[in-house]
Amino acid sequence: MTKTTIRIAAVLGAATIAAPALAQDLTFWSWRQEDRAQYEEFIAAFEEENPDITVTFESFEATNYNTILSTALAGGTGPDLMMVRAYGGLENVASAGYLMPLDEEKIPALAEFPDSALAAETMRSDETLYAVPFASQTMLVIYNQQIFDDLGIEEPETWEELLEISQTIEEAGMMPFANGTATAWQNETIVSALTSSIMGSGFYEDLDAGEADFTDERFIDALTHLEEISAYFPDGFIGLDYASAQQLFSSGMAAMFAGGSFEIATFRNLNPDLELGVFAAPGTSTDDEKLVGLFYDGGYAANASTDHPEAALKFLNYVASQEFGQAFADSLSNISPIPGVEFSDPLLQEVSELNQASIPYMMLVDFRYGEPSGSVLLQQEVQKLLAGETTPEAAGETITEGLSTWYEPFQD
Amino acid sequence: MAKLRMTGRGLWITTLVAPPLAFVALFIVYPIIAAFAYAFFDWQGLLRGEFVGFANFHQVLFVEPYASWTRNAFTHNIIVFFALMVLQNGLGFLLAYGLWRGLPGARFHRIAVFMPVVLSTIIVGYLWKLFYHPLFGPVNQVLRGIGLDQLAQPWLGQSSTALWALIIANAWHLVGFPTLVFLAGMQRIPTEILDAARMETESEWVKITQIVWPLVAPSATIVFVLLFVGAFNWFELPYIMAGLDGSPFGSTDVLGLYFYRTAFGNVSAGTQDFGLGSALAVLIFIFIAAVASVITVRLRAREIQV
Repeated sequence: MTKTTIRIAAVLGAATIAAPALAQDLTFWSWRQEDRAQYEEFIAAFEEENPDITVTFESFEATNYNTILSTALAGGTGPDLMMVRAYGGLENVASAGYLMPLDEEKIPALAEFPDSALAAETMRSDETLYAVPFASQTMLVIYNQQIFDDLGIEEPETWEELLEISQTIEEAGMMPFANGTATAWQNETIVSALTSSIMGSGFYEDLDAGEADFTDERFIDALTHLEEISAYFPDGFIGLDYASAQQLFSSGMAAMFAGGSFEIATFRNLNPDLELGVFAAPGTSTDDEKLVGLFYDGGYAANASTDHPEAALKFLNYVASQEFGQAFADSLSNISPIPGVEFSDPLLQEVSELNQASIPYMMLVDFRYGEPSGSVLLQQEVQKLLAGETTPEAAGETITEGLSTWYEPFQD
Repeated sequence: MAKLRMTGRGLWITTLVAPPLAFVALFIVYPIIAAFAYAFFDWQGLLRGEFVGFANFHQVLFVEPYASWTRNAFTHNIIVFFALMVLQNGLGFLLAYGLWRGLPGARFHRIAVFMPVVLSTIIVGYLWKLFYHPLFGPVNQVLRGIGLDQLAQPWLGQSSTALWALIIANAWHLVGFPTLVFLAGMQRIPTEILDAARMETESEWVKITQIVWPLVAPSATIVFVLLFVGAFNWFELPYIMAGLDGSPFGSTDVLGLYFYRTAFGNVSAGTQDFGLGSALAVLIFIFIAAVASVITVRLRAREIQV
């Protein structure tokens, strides 16, 4: 054996031993099973710039994600990087100290993020940010452009016009709205998507300031309008579940869907030929500001006890970058909160413009910190209301009373 | 010498018994005890807080909104138990009797009745969700087809029908199980007894009530106890068909869903509390264990040896 061979063998041997120590393997957990391909691409782009770091994407079923993540973190087998929910859903994970606290020093790009986005990933009790927010969701009305064109109808400017176009669609033998309320959380989305303009930003400001509760006239009025428009939901809509409602819309049997901007991607997947439009459900008169409901979906967080904190932070800096935001918006059809992201998709561009006039998706943003949560109450009361088993006034009363068990401003 | 042999034997037995004992301890006894322990602590998310004694139990039983949620879910479990007792076990007994007496088509029906039991609950849940679909569901289509339009309804969307819709789906799914157990019980009845009975009476009713029913008592014990446990642990079917919230507005809520929501949270609505969830789990466990034991003892007492 020559000396060269021995040297080569020694170098190779050393490299084999050293390689695992150099490479930093990170695991990244997500509830977006359907976005796996896109995330693999984002990760590939990141790994190209950071050859010493590898990131493995693992996804779990969305409804049980928090349970799986919580259990893993508690057992010390959690991932290095993970998607976490926002608002109350963040608290479950963050309050136990499993997440790495973040700030502008660690991730400079955060300085440019909108405050409402950062608030979504900030835990209320210690006012610390724990994740880089990744998408805002907008509650609005999505419509089938083809049907609107065929019937010669336009986006409504007033509530009256919304009723009129619904009537026109119904007379043409189609379903005006695809929405069903058998799936509980859909009741909350339709309230936000259809009645934000009726409630008005004044109501939210008063509510936030502790000067109004849900017995407020403006909220009752919103529920009354919701009851009115539900006449244009499909027959037996109270027994219609979420998946069926999506199918009614994407198959072109219904002209409108009141829901979240996250439906856009779903509808396009279900039916790529669908031409979509969006509008903010109007208020009673043209003077009323047209508002959408807005919330942030979740964020990317790092495990506080990861073996590779620097690599994890590099990844978080990457997902806070404009480059990532642009790729995220382009390939996932989601609204990234990262400033400077431009939407090549005109529909997303429109949604991001509608976001300029919004009120929060309030039960999630402000009332999911105790039981009964505002969401549980609103969902149940709206189901009751639309099944004809309660009135808007009684619903407002029940919601306020339920929240007053833990929400201090309602307690006097 | 004898002493040494004993040690050897003792060692041998210990080596054989230890692994299964360890397995049971680790995977059955420990989780149960852990759940018991969790119930006595305050939880901040996943962080165990201070010892709070019976506060969690007190809260789920007596403090609003939990108290009325617990009552509501428990009431539904009771309804489910009694309804399934009639629809599943009662019908199962009649089917078994029909099969045993060899009514026409018995061979085919023996398979047909048992077939759904083999299907997974997920499939059955989705299937029946489609059946009850307000617009395209076969149930409503059949009703409309025979001119009973006013009876076509959003079955899963109304508080008056939703729970019953689930009960019927469950009975359809599992009626084959009590049928099979009863049938096996009936086939064990000695022919001499039946011949003797036949000399006394022609009435099927008398034969069922005086001969068959008492003699299948061991089968009845099994299916009654299993149904009881099943009805109070009911989770999969309501989860698939009604969702974690027991839609609409809690009218299909049962202890299983309620426990899951409380302990693990509901992404689209609520918060999570391990302590309250564990307290509920402990209460459900104690209730089922206690009542199931009483039922077993009482029913065993009426079994007759032939």
